[in-house]
Amino acid sequence: MQFTMRRRLVATSIAVALGATTLAACSSDSDGKDAADSGPVSLTYWAWAPGMDKVAAIWNKGPGKEAGIQVTVKKQASGDELVTKIITAAKAKKAPDLVQAEYQAIPTLVSNDVLADITDEVKGTKDKFAPGIWQQVTLGTDSAYALPQDSGPLMFYYREDLFKKYELTVPTTWDEFAETARKLKKEDSSKALTTFSANDSGQFAGLAQQAGAKWWTTEGQKWKVSIDDAATKKVADFWGGLVEEGAIDNQPMYTPAWNKALNTGKQIAWVSAVWAPGVLTTGAPDTAGKWAMAPLPQWSKGENATGSWGGSSTGITNDSQHKEAAAKFATWLNTDEEALAAMVKEGGIYPAATAAQTGGALSKAPDFFSNQPDFYTKAAEIAKTTAPSAWGPNVNVAYTTFKDAFGKAAKAKSKAQFESALTAMQDDTVTDMKKQGFEVAE
Amino acid sequence: MSGTTMNTGKAAHGSGRAPRARSRTRATGGSVRRAPYAFLFPAVVLFLLFFVLPIGYAVYLSLRKVEVKGLGLGSGARSEVWTGLSNYTAALSDSELVNGALRVLGYGAIVVPVMLGSALLFALMLDTERVRLTSFTRLAIFLPYAIPGVIAALLWGFLYLPSVSPFYFLLDKAGLPQPDLLDGGPLFIALSNIAIWGGTGFNMIVIYTSLRSIPVEVYEAAKLDGCSPLQIALRIKIPMVAPSLVLTFFFSIIATLQVFAEPTTLRPLTNSVSTTWSPLMKVYQDAFGNNDIYSAAAQAVIIAVATLVLSFGFLRVANARSKQEEAR
Repeated sequence: MQFTMRRRLVATSIAVALGATTLAACSSDSDGKDAADSGPVSLTYWAWAPGMDKVAAIWNKGPGKEAGIQVTVKKQASGDELVTKIITAAKAKKAPDLVQAEYQAIPTLVSNDVLADITDEVKGTKDKFAPGIWQQVTLGTDSAYALPQDSGPLMFYYREDLFKKYELTVPTTWDEFAETARKLKKEDSSKALTTFSANDSGQFAGLAQQAGAKWWTTEGQKWKVSIDDAATKKVADFWGGLVEEGAIDNQPMYTPAWNKALNTGKQIAWVSAVWAPGVLTTGAPDTAGKWAMAPLPQWSKGENATGSWGGSSTGITNDSQHKEAAAKFATWLNTDEEALAAMVKEGGIYPAATAAQTGGALSKAPDFFSNQPDFYTKAAEIAKTTAPSAWGPNVNVAYTTFKDAFGKAAKAKSKAQFESALTAMQDDTVTDMKKQGFEVAE
Repeated sequence: MSGTTMNTGKAAHGSGRAPRARSRTRATGGSVRRAPYAFLFPAVVLFLLFFVLPIGYAVYLSLRKVEVKGLGLGSGARSEVWTGLSNYTAALSDSELVNGALRVLGYGAIVVPVMLGSALLFALMLDTERVRLTSFTRLAIFLPYAIPGVIAALLWGFLYLPSVSPFYFLLDKAGLPQPDLLDGGPLFIALSNIAIWGGTGFNMIVIYTSLRSIPVEVYEAAKLDGCSPLQIALRIKIPMVAPSLVLTFFFSIIATLQVFAEPTTLRPLTNSVSTTWSPLMKVYQDAFGNNDIYSAAAQAVIIAVATLVLSFGFLRVANARSKQEEAR
């Protein structure tokens, strides 16, 4: 009898404990909502740009206080992982109000019902951005799904001192680029102009974008995938050819070995985006003041286009109970002078808003490029020439295949394999879309 | 407790008892019969919540897929539908998953024998009589096990990269050839090396512990019979620690099939490791890279079943053999 009683006691206390936790969970939840309704609106913002919490603090103290909107930043890992995380959160109806989304992820997020159509909320901001940038947040439609935050126009970075030493001229076309690579190899076979890296798909996508590729387009209710179009083929052939003849290196970027190659002048140039100074500062610290930036080489003389590598936007989710308040914050963040200056200073980002690309926080060249005082004036000119890009709902699949197939091709140093890698990218992307049930035009 | 149990036993058999006594025993008997379940209850709840339920959910997901209408933009364009076994057939006919499995088998063929062989060797050496600094050596060999796999892979990754590795620097100075360890066949050795470096110590401790539990009289008897230390090791020690060898082998197979951290950490350093190098990497890539949790779930179930079959198959064979030997 005593035993039964004890058991009952245990059972009851477990039940009480379990009940208490459920109750606690409920009450904390409803507390949050109550506070939001009566007091100031509180928003959560998932972002990975460094220092975003400090930018939000400026809002919370100033304009946010006046408007009664408080924003809490929750720091995220960047890139692909955030996409899956926010899709999962949205399925559970627990997505944050605002999210930092890379441009190429926007179609995936819209397609997964994560991002809300905020066309009306952000009316009148369109003119603040370059058309090529704005088009990425509209997916080519009349709606807007996010506000552009930062962009990454591609440029050509090179070691000014070593170019002089080997009597190389800064290439203005890709043909000249190839000649430069060959000439350097002839002068000193231990050096390479640059490397073809298969571990960041964004760079290749940007180069294809410059060449005029449009990977995803729509035809009525059908998607058209043309990753293996003529423009992209040209880019793949070009880099595959250089790797095959040994004019450039084939090892991946962002490795300790790559850092060392840049730091010791074993690689003397890098096709990169406007954020490159940050990477070079940490990766090749001994070379400060020795680099210079020039526009990206062109496919034919007289052309003037670039692609972009990276860049992100601020989106508002369908789960948000306060879309209008969220849009107010997003607009402030991406168009207000003070906010943009803070983002440049705290996060080291290159703002998408055209007006903020020169002057203010960007009037001075990055410390690493102190030898090139007009760095940002030049960058702003290049940014204006960004070619439009066309993203689809499964960029992640294409990017994954890029890493694997082009990694294999680079390892084999075979131009033919570069071509088949591109075909693999196209095939995998189409197969995945069909599997998901998208209508794909052949 | 035991008193009541005996009571129940009597009550069950002795049917000609007084009704009063009978009812009393019945009451306590019932509660006692329920007692084991009460004790089991918390464990069963936890087992159901954190084991059966997630597995069940994974199986459920593996039978589903997403279906998109039209361009898939706008709300409600995506829905989850039943798809039967199509995720399974797709996974099994996916050459990348099969190739990944083959790569892991090749990797396991290096890791398991070398790791267990050296673990056994170290354990036997530490167990010999005249060895000094036993506890220090034991700790030194065990220490790599305490280093997380990702950190270990990062450390080794640096050592494998020719331009930053001190080893390559020495090879260069000595004018010796410098093999590329992150490419082709040597890549398997490079990856296995990380696992062996990290796992030998743990397995050595398991084997060593069971060596220490062998009664000393056995050795004395063997010595009196004229056994050399080598013969003692081969004829007495190894057969007597066979059960722990089976155990370590069992663990090693499972760990090998689940290899993930090392190749994932080395992947950004080289073109040779793809995002789907091992089956688990493919699961991860599908779930978190390609946002296709349904295929990932199906592959995860397949890997789990294969692991179960392989590891328990091995245990069965090992048990059957030891029973045979006992019978002899």
